[in-house]
Amino acid sequence: MGGGGVSAIGTDRRHAGFAAFVIHRLSGVLLAVFLPLHFLVLGLALDGARALDSLLVFAELPWVKASEWGLVVLLTVHLVFGLRILALEFLPWQGARKMWIAWGAGAAAAAGLLFIVAAH
Amino acid sequence: MEARLFVLQRLSAMLLAPLVLVHLGLILYAVRGGLSAEAILARTQGSVGWALFYGVFVLAACVHAPIGVRNVLREWTRWRSRSLDGAMLILAAALLATGLRAVWAVVV
Amino acid sequence: MHDDSQQLRVSIWRGKSEGRFVDYEVPARDSQTVLDVVTWVQRHREPSLAYRFACRVGVCGSCAMTVNGRPRWTCRTHVRKVVSDGRLTIEPLRNLPPIKDLACDMTPFFDKWHRAGGRFKGTSGRNDPLPRLERSSPERRAADAAIECINCAVCYSACDTVTWNPEYLGPAALNRAWTLLNDVRHAERNRILDVVSEDGGCHSCHTHGSCVEYCPVEINPTASIAGLKRRSLGNMLARRNR
Repeated sequence: MGGGGVSAIGTDRRHAGFAAFVIHRLSGVLLAVFLPLHFLVLGLALDGARALDSLLVFAELPWVKASEWGLVVLLTVHLVFGLRILALEFLPWQGARKMWIAWGAGAAAAAGLLFIVAAH
Repeated sequence: MEARLFVLQRLSAMLLAPLVLVHLGLILYAVRGGLSAEAILARTQGSVGWALFYGVFVLAACVHAPIGVRNVLREWTRWRSRSLDGAMLILAAALLATGLRAVWAVVV
Repeated sequence: MHDDSQQLRVSIWRGKSEGRFVDYEVPARDSQTVLDVVTWVQRHREPSLAYRFACRVGVCGSCAMTVNGRPRWTCRTHVRKVVSDGRLTIEPLRNLPPIKDLACDMTPFFDKWHRAGGRFKGTSGRNDPLPRLERSSPERRAADAAIECINCAVCYSACDTVTWNPEYLGPAALNRAWTLLNDVRHAERNRILDVVSEDGGCHSCHTHGSCVEYCPVEINPTASIAGLKRRSLGNMLARRNR
């Protein structure tokens, strides 16, 4: 007889509804972190167009552009998964609207793609 | 209190949904041409419409984001006391101040 | 085909919150359930193993445990459906205080059931005519969809919000409250909306849907809780306009 180990009883969370919840929550947290930075950048326009321009040169940096792309995707994801929650809670029940999860991921991918294409 | 926060969260979400769609469309349109400060400010300065649009956007976000962050902290950390509520109010105030400042900067 | 040489490797939790997994080799059998496995271990290897069961046929919910990370009725779980690589890991239900080994304390679960207003109180007495229930009414259909709950606590164990929010009443208690809210015979329907709108009530649900995923009788507590959210909102707005 052997054995050992610590019981940390979990639950198998590999179902679509939980994935949607995690993605929705994490995207929200990241957006909340980004929002003050975004406001500060815009506030710099107070110092005139020159301050904003030097920052927009900064915006041309590859990792900055990648972050902007990331934020477009995050915002789209959070929006669509949020609309799913609103539908589940306030419209008559019609199943877990799991297809909305697939569509939501698709919409975010499309928005991200559009951003990349538009930026060229 | 949780019931009231829930209602505020959902109502601000319903308000934010169309605003976010417009904003996303705008960003994609602006990026298409390549941003320049003059181009942006030329469109936004003196516009009551943009002032209202982004003013409402900022207000809704200042309600929605802190309530969401509060939920995350209460559930994923041990911070559940009244001090968390105070901190979230401060976050809301900070978002409101910087947000309205940004709207002012871009519209005036 | 009956193969006596096949052995299952079974890890069973022994202890309370502190303890350890003990491994056993259990003869594999056709159509074996996890409850059969636990029973074999207790009879042939570990007389002091503590576990719960009653009906053995999937109607009472007493045998609920965590099997390979999933809360299930062990009498209704065929080993071949859940065995992973010849291994089984069996633990007590999550989110409930442990008593010993595979048995946990259901008291907090039932406390929350009561706190959510689960106890029925009739409006008519024994000398009154029987109340007529309109089975096809939307209210009765809503109640009937959720009424089969036998309080097995599988949903409560599956729910992460129960884990993360100690005040949360949980899916079973709120589901029960929803059935009473829709029961025209219940005397305290007004009280239910107040109770489920308190802290730890329906508004704490984030619609993960784990309860729906694991309910052995296919009840949908998420839908019931969504119903409570809608009615609670309506109630709040109605009060504002008075």
